[in-house]
Amino acid sequence: MTEKTIESIKGEFVCVVCPNGCFIEAEYTTEGGAKLLSLAGNRCERGRDWVRQELETPMRTIATSIPVRDGDFLLASVRTAAPIPLERVADVMREIRARTLDAPLSIGQVVIKNPAGTNTEIVVTREVARR
Amino acid sequence: MSAATGSNRVIERDLVVIGGGPAGLAAAIAAREAGGDVLLIERDRILGGILNQCIHDGFGLHRFGEALSGPEYAGRFISRLRELDVPVMQNTIVLGLSRDRRLLVSRLGELQEIRARAVILAMGCRERTRGALSIPGHRPSGVYTAGAAQNFVNMENIMPGSRICILGSGDIGLIMARRMTLEGAKVEAVFELLPWSSGLPRNIRQCLVDYGIPLFLSTTVVDIVGMGRLEGVRVAQVDEQRRPVEGTERFVPCDTLLLSVGLIPENELAREAGISLSPITGGALVDADCMTDVPGIFSCGNALHVHDLVDRVSEEAERAGRAAAAYVSGALPKADAPVAVRPGAGVRYVMPDHVSVPKVISGPEKITLAFRVTEPRRDGVVRLTTDDGVVLKEEKHPRLHPAEMVWASLDLSQFEEMKRSGKTLEVSAS
Repeated sequence: MTEKTIESIKGEFVCVVCPNGCFIEAEYTTEGGAKLLSLAGNRCERGRDWVRQELETPMRTIATSIPVRDGDFLLASVRTAAPIPLERVADVMREIRARTLDAPLSIGQVVIKNPAGTNTEIVVTREVARR
Repeated sequence: MSAATGSNRVIERDLVVIGGGPAGLAAAIAAREAGGDVLLIERDRILGGILNQCIHDGFGLHRFGEALSGPEYAGRFISRLRELDVPVMQNTIVLGLSRDRRLLVSRLGELQEIRARAVILAMGCRERTRGALSIPGHRPSGVYTAGAAQNFVNMENIMPGSRICILGSGDIGLIMARRMTLEGAKVEAVFELLPWSSGLPRNIRQCLVDYGIPLFLSTTVVDIVGMGRLEGVRVAQVDEQRRPVEGTERFVPCDTLLLSVGLIPENELAREAGISLSPITGGALVDADCMTDVPGIFSCGNALHVHDLVDRVSEEAERAGRAAAAYVSGALPKADAPVAVRPGAGVRYVMPDHVSVPKVISGPEKITLAFRVTEPRRDGVVRLTTDDGVVLKEEKHPRLHPAEMVWASLDLSQFEEMKRSGKTLEVSAS
């Protein structure tokens, strides 16, 4: 009978949850799904969740803009209402870039629901009045 | 001033705030809430300043506990300003400022004079340009500051190019690396002269690493190549004296070069009014109330010193706003012989430059100090000491970085004590 040793990996993570940008040193395994063994350097609990998430599915928010017809700005800035998987950013961008909006628009207005099936919304972040 | 300009309208105001960006908005709101009569002057057609083109999120985490985009963050302050009915002059530029707080303003070509009992300078900052760096080479189109490119992409719907190099790892450059990538451009690399990045670690992660954009440290652009349009840049590694190392040169083809090489506080008006400026920050030398050495003229935000977080700009500007309102109402005591605050080893500068005691304006009896370290450190220690070596405060920091402003505070009573014994305060990092 052989004893199986699980190899642990040490890695450094930069938490992007807040401007503190903690450098977190983590020890984890990847066998049978990523598992966090230990971590140091995070100033709050959100850092632990961040590393766990980074090991499973890295999530990011994105911000971009969409052209507006008849607005007092040429573009309405928009962002994801909640983080999306990093690997889906290109798909979501493709869907956003195909769109044009009509003024007026207000902050918080939902302009795309469930972009690329990511289960979030694209919301306007700038007031755009009719020209 | 008025005689020379021939202006025929003179307006009198208690407090005039110059600049409607994050600092000006917060200062005007705080002054109005303190009961003052305030006029806000903005050069652009809209309020919000640079926040209007900063469409990425991450603003407001300290203040509102959520990650807002720039326009949303500005929007909260603009709404509050409107609730308070603060008068705003938009499309208006201040052309002159005198020591006795007379402002010459131009609104759509019409000149006016405004006499103010107090003035808050909140003009923000400018980007350093190619000229400031003296990069040799041709002068093709395709060389922009990162902020100019941000304006084209986020406000004007214009893509400056498709194959991008970025010189300087300041936050705006990092943010633009991601932004241009999302818009379909190929960002070849970011080059940084220093052996460390000048941007926030989180932006290195989410703007470069996420998109596979390489960052080359101790590397700079030594030649700009292209007749008409930019064709590429020649880059080289630099030694410890920041001199290009022979044999490390290589050519990187690109049609666009973005410069993210630092920001300079905008202080033409301060200079004209004879306000003393710091050679290190480029901003005014102020006390803990953000008052300059010209009585009644205050400074805050990026016009005072370049910040990395807008939340802190708002906080500082509110202090300036409250103090200016107190100055107008006569509640701000005249300070004699302030306690000097000096950068010690490992610290580039400390804000404020000095602390006036007594200080009777309402608010917490704590003095906030902001400073930057000279180089990155792990497991660093920040010490606040008197000039004769008495340690008043010692704080451990897991990481200290020149890109990240450090904040500390001391009780007002400790400054009173230093004043009594004729001491100065020194801030050092090791």
